[in-house]
Amino acid sequence: MTDSSRGRAKSKISFRLNGKLVTVETYPMARLLDVLRLELGLTGTKEGCGEGECGSCSVLMNGMLVNSCLIPVLQAKDADILTIEGLPSDGRLQKLQQAFLDCGGAQCGICTPGMILAAHHLLSKNPQPTMEQIREGLAGNLCRCTGYVQIFEAVAKAARRERQHESESR
Amino acid sequence: MRANPADYELVAPGNLPDVLSLLAKEPGAWLPIAGGTDVMVLYAAGKLPARKLVSIWNLPELRRIEVLPAEVHVGGACTYTDLQEHVIIRREFPLLCLAGSWTGGIANQNRGTIGGNIANASPAGDSLPPLLAYEADLLLVSARGERRVPYRSFHIGYRKTQLGPDELIRAVCLPRQFSKYYAYVRKVGTRNAQAIAKVSLAALALINDGANNHRTNDDPANNRGVIEDVRLAMGSVAPVPLRLAATEKILKGKRVDSQLVRLAGQAAASEILPIDDIRSTARYRTAVAANLVAEFLQRLSAAG
Repeated sequence: MTDSSRGRAKSKISFRLNGKLVTVETYPMARLLDVLRLELGLTGTKEGCGEGECGSCSVLMNGMLVNSCLIPVLQAKDADILTIEGLPSDGRLQKLQQAFLDCGGAQCGICTPGMILAAHHLLSKNPQPTMEQIREGLAGNLCRCTGYVQIFEAVAKAARRERQHESESR
Repeated sequence: MRANPADYELVAPGNLPDVLSLLAKEPGAWLPIAGGTDVMVLYAAGKLPARKLVSIWNLPELRRIEVLPAEVHVGGACTYTDLQEHVIIRREFPLLCLAGSWTGGIANQNRGTIGGNIANASPAGDSLPPLLAYEADLLLVSARGERRVPYRSFHIGYRKTQLGPDELIRAVCLPRQFSKYYAYVRKVGTRNAQAIAKVSLAALALINDGANNHRTNDDPANNRGVIEDVRLAMGSVAPVPLRLAATEKILKGKRVDSQLVRLAGQAAASEILPIDDIRSTARYRTAVAANLVAEFLQRLSAAG
């Protein structure tokens, strides 16, 4: 049997993190969230509720938006993990960040990395979402400051800028 | 108290036969974990009784959707996103796709699985009323072999199921016979994503269109508009997801009118067994159950 870790032993688990291969020695049931923050020092991924309700701990696993608090690290073995630190800082991220700034889409900041990842995931699947689709795409991310409207506007604005950018570059 | 990962064992054999032989060796000792959207919540809260877990996430044998001539077999570890992205499921089983679209947010839909929703056996599980309405069967697999059970008899009490300690839900079998049915599903909760249902209804109905659906050799035109077949299934109104057999009996063979809507609402209200809990009250659930049945019938009638 592969990947066995008998009797509370740590084991070596490798995965790709923001494009680089990393190996951690930890317990297989350690949450991916804790491994990212505590073992690998990437504190951009936040813990909110710790039970999959709030989306603060959102990361992309093999391109899919997931809550890292609900993932035992063994299930991330050999996966491609992308955190807020790993989003390419040109192109879509920059447009999203600028739109969040312009619209007041970030206040205390705890939800922001998750919001950006969820928005990034939405726009990569659907570059021109309707307001309804933006609301659905971000429905798993809670914010206690903004009342959401500024965030939805920011995502819509980033999508508009991307469209403008594309039509200008044609 | 938060759980300490050092107290738990987790293995990922990566293929079905190895998982089944592990379960067979120590029946009941190993808890299967797929997307973790239920298990990891209990774990994080320090409330997970199991200490040994076996990962079935992404097992290729459980992550397939097989389209056969008479049935679609959905692998137990298929996610809500897998369901919504599948063209045949979208076209022929809209109740499952819609229920999947409000099971948590996108991140949970990318991880939560249909088999997990069934095995977790909460009466509030979003995909369970659709499975009752479609009269799904389950394929249960163990090292001893495979057996097929009707989903309708799978839940035997509050959070109790027919699943043996050495068994997994390999697939959900959906009969492909509903393309002409009117489909309705609604979840009443605090909000759609992330909220657990206070009451939910999944319903299917086949209306006689005066042409080819008549059951008897009467003049088909006389049966036009009559409800030929109807299936009503509710969540969060009983210890298990509930098929409303008595209400269905009242509806079959009738045309929708205001009196029938009232009778059906009353029948639904008396057929369910709701309780007061943290999410709602029995009284509210009873009123909403009747209203949902009424809304379904009104839309059915408007759809012609």
